[in-house]
Amino acid sequence: MMKAIKEVVGGFNSLVTGMRITLGQFFKPTVTVHYPHQTLKIPPRFRGHIELVRDPVTGKAACYACKLCERACPSDCITVEGAKLEGAKKKSVTSYTLDFTKCSLCGSCVEACRDGAIRFSRQYNLASTSREEFVMDLFKKLEDEAREAGDIPPAPPAPAPRVDVTSGIVVPAASSPLRIETPKPAELKSEVK
Amino acid sequence: MQFLSSEPIRLLVSLVGILSFVGLNAAYLVWVERKGAGRFQRRHGPTEVGFAGLLQPIADAAKLLSKQLIVPQGVDAALFRAAPLLMMSPALMSLAVIPFSDTLAARNINVGLLMIFALGSINVMAVMLGGWASRNKYAIISAARVVSQNVAYEIPMLLVVITMIMVTGTMNLNEIVQKQAGAFWNWNLFKVWVNPLMPVTFLIFYICMLAETNRAPFDMAEAESELVAGAYTEYSGMGFGVFFMAEYANILLGCSLATVLFLGGWQSPIGILPGVFWFLIKMYFLVFTVVWVRWTFPRTQFYGLLNLSWKILIPVSLFTLILTGAMMKLFKV
Repeated sequence: MMKAIKEVVGGFNSLVTGMRITLGQFFKPTVTVHYPHQTLKIPPRFRGHIELVRDPVTGKAACYACKLCERACPSDCITVEGAKLEGAKKKSVTSYTLDFTKCSLCGSCVEACRDGAIRFSRQYNLASTSREEFVMDLFKKLEDEAREAGDIPPAPPAPAPRVDVTSGIVVPAASSPLRIETPKPAELKSEVK
Repeated sequence: MQFLSSEPIRLLVSLVGILSFVGLNAAYLVWVERKGAGRFQRRHGPTEVGFAGLLQPIADAAKLLSKQLIVPQGVDAALFRAAPLLMMSPALMSLAVIPFSDTLAARNINVGLLMIFALGSINVMAVMLGGWASRNKYAIISAARVVSQNVAYEIPMLLVVITMIMVTGTMNLNEIVQKQAGAFWNWNLFKVWVNPLMPVTFLIFYICMLAETNRAPFDMAEAESELVAGAYTEYSGMGFGVFFMAEYANILLGCSLATVLFLGGWQSPIGILPGVFWFLIKMYFLVFTVVWVRWTFPRTQFYGLLNLSWKILIPVSLFTLILTGAMMKLFKV
């Protein structure tokens, strides 16, 4: 009988202790981050999808299309094309496509790269409604970045449409062969606190 | 004022008053619950809809109202539809006899307490019918649990209420409050000279109230992690919404009753300025405690729940009943 009473009183005490603790937490400040309004600092070793690195001297891609990353990739999601420009000692990259739908973010490509020409980007909000947006043209992205930074002059203005003399039809100028029109990924916000 | 006291008008005003009181409270107690849940876990709770998420219940209600009411194939359609109403209406009817203040009560009948408990036992029926009519295995398990749980907890609750009727000598809720006039030591909760175990009696009443309204840690009927949503599994849209509102209406009723029986209703704790706001302060404190308890304790196991009732609450409440009777006989209080 005494044991049972002791048990009940002890149990009740533990309940009161629990309630005191939760009430203490109730009046403390909250600890959550309100994600769309606030963001946390991205840790320096964050492994996003890969991106090309610009050479700090020339402002162009440091990649010279050796294709080591393409070979290192276990899921075959990288396609690199390069060409030797006139007067250059090395080849330079002309197209670099990452199929992010297949990428498992293993980082083998970054490890394989001898000259640090690719690295992990810090983009994380990559939601999209279409699969095609994840086939990323990294070379185009790099060029866009360079243009924004003002390191290389903007692409020359498109040649004026010429009028066919014989028929009088306006022929639009062909777009630059290097610039493949791909839909831009949905607005990528990366405001870092 | 002569116009207001005519009987049909009085009826209408009471009806609209109770309905809007319950509706508003059901909506905003959900907000309190979610905000409380957030704060107890160091989160913010709803913040997006309106200032501090205050319009969230309205958004939720709009969502529930716009959803299709599905009656699954092969269910007993009449009972399936009746169950939410059966759950909601007793709570609404019972609130008619709760005295919010000296003069503010829809009806002042002399068996108010009896009426509340008579109507209160319909709740079990409602959840059982809802669970049975759903033709769903989870709902059936939930219905079976509800019946055994509520039978187990009705007994200590009624024993406690008998104790209170012995102490106050009346079943009229208004008179019960009037007998607790004066400062807080005249409240039934602190009348230790009548029964030294009075606070324990209040505790038993409160625990039984939690169990009767199927609230955590006794939410065996709607054990989300085990039974989907228990008896409410098959209900969509406002069918579920009414069950949800009824849960809060029942909490409101239970806390009002606890306030009237133990905490002196609309009496002031310092003996001056009695009024409706004292009633509301006490009641909402008890409602907050319900939320507080929910976010503190994990759900009990089912045998733990029945053990608590049959092995602890019923013997203790029987003991307090006998003790009260003996004390009243001996000391003529």
